[in-house]
Amino acid sequence: MRVTLGFISLWVVSILPAQSAEVFQEPNVFLSEVFANSVPDPSFLWLKGEIKEAARNVLRRDAGVLRQRYWHADGRTAWILDEIGKTQPITTGISIRNGEVERVQILIYRESHGWEVRYPFFTDQFRGMTLRQENELSSRVDGISGATLSVRAITKLVRLALLYDAFVQQEQ
Amino acid sequence: MQLNKKLRIGVLAATMTVPTGAALADDLPSREEMWKVIQAQQAQISELSRKLTNTEEKVEATGEAVETIAASGSTATPGWWQRTSIGGYGELHYNGGKTDRIDFHRFVLFFGHEFNEDVRFFSEVELEHSVAGEGQQGEVELEQAFLEFDLGEYHALRAGVQLIPVGILNETHEPPTFYGVERNQVETNIIPTTWWEAGVGISGELGEGFSYDLMYHSGLEVPTTGGNAFRIRSGRQKVANADARDGATTGRLSWTGLAGVEVAATVQYQEDLTQGSAQETPAVLIEGHIDAQRAFGPGTIGFRALGAVWDLDSTAATVLGRDEQYGWYVEPSYRFGTDWGDLGFFAQYAEWDNAAGDSTDSVFSQTRVGANFWPTPDTVFKLDYQFDDAPTAASEDNRLNIGLGYQF
Repeated sequence: MRVTLGFISLWVVSILPAQSAEVFQEPNVFLSEVFANSVPDPSFLWLKGEIKEAARNVLRRDAGVLRQRYWHADGRTAWILDEIGKTQPITTGISIRNGEVERVQILIYRESHGWEVRYPFFTDQFRGMTLRQENELSSRVDGISGATLSVRAITKLVRLALLYDAFVQQEQ
Repeated sequence: MQLNKKLRIGVLAATMTVPTGAALADDLPSREEMWKVIQAQQAQISELSRKLTNTEEKVEATGEAVETIAASGSTATPGWWQRTSIGGYGELHYNGGKTDRIDFHRFVLFFGHEFNEDVRFFSEVELEHSVAGEGQQGEVELEQAFLEFDLGEYHALRAGVQLIPVGILNETHEPPTFYGVERNQVETNIIPTTWWEAGVGISGELGEGFSYDLMYHSGLEVPTTGGNAFRIRSGRQKVANADARDGATTGRLSWTGLAGVEVAATVQYQEDLTQGSAQETPAVLIEGHIDAQRAFGPGTIGFRALGAVWDLDSTAATVLGRDEQYGWYVEPSYRFGTDWGDLGFFAQYAEWDNAAGDSTDSVFSQTRVGANFWPTPDTVFKLDYQFDDAPTAASEDNRLNIGLGYQF
């Protein structure tokens, strides 16, 4: 009994100091990694007309912003997007190169469940994906049982980033 | 006379048709005039360029202003209703064969509330079979009602009425998440799903894809007499003025380190399954499962396999053969997209025995084949055909089942 109590108090002490810090990577650190430390100045993609409609179809809601900030250099675009999983927004960094997903990084995770989606074993599968007709991803996504809503949110953001990237490349 | 006339006509005609060089020069503006026009147009272009730049700057400023207003609006403290969520699921079933029934089997509502970043409430209320009350077919039940407290970044504590961390369906049983109109008989009879108790639990991540759950909670109370004596499913008290003499401890270890795959094992111990009767019965449950869904070809291949065994340690249980109760099932499936939604096919073989301790044949088995069609990810039409094999033919009902389900 004493041993059990001792173990429990040791465990409690070890976890208490850590606050619910949900930031896994600062957005500026993500950008530095994507652009090898020479981060370009941000540009803005105005969400109007065709692109506003396409974004609404992907998100199944209005994009909610007038214009989307992004970073652009050497045929590569980087996006920092938010989408609600179950009740909280998930801040995700996505970089696209030559119309293909290069990196997906969960930056800030605020949900109380579905922790698996933060890790590379989940996000790595998006690498190399492109956008097919109807703005769907080129491959099916392997989900996480118990984190369906977080998986859906991140899948939507990857589609959105590919869609925005296509518009940016078109404007060039 | 004629020559004069011709000459006059000729001269007149000549003067009327071909303009002279001097007349040509008079129609166009002079080179100086053209240069003035060009300069005026150039000034107009410069003026338009300046206005365009000015307009673009105004648009940029408007954009920034709109974003600032939007941002400040969202940082205002949200009202309690903005931190409250509602959800639910439901299923309508048609069972053919000997059963020949149609029933809105479950209508469920979830209510959740976030008190702050670290403390939240979650609940589940269920209405079964449409009408509850004395003499009616249905029931109203409180399946979940607990407070959850985040302990640091990786752990959480839950207190209240919760689902026991065991099996595949016990915690995730919304209709679009599984194949087959009815839930599988192994989890229903052996786990026994849906199983909830009141207690305290902690859960969290251990790293490398591992997570754990540990719960101390109210226990089952199995009858000691009658046809259902020591039958596991008959022991569910549902936290309704439940007998609290004997609690139980449940522990689970899960691995979800590969996208689409979950492997888990649960162990449970209760000191007395009868809650203080003369036939004190310590009991242990061991359960293990794999639940995998991986992209394969144009769709996703699915595979579920689960096994669970109860060990009841008392003479009273042994006499009835109920000292060992077990079940297992395997379920391969394939799901792919179509123009109207996702379609999936499955096959399931399940075997269970609630009185495996004696030599009397009490093994049930059921084979099901069927399909699910999801018009949207959260809505589903289900169809399956079941082949029963029971110790007595009267318990068998080979039949068609059709179902409709949703979740949000």
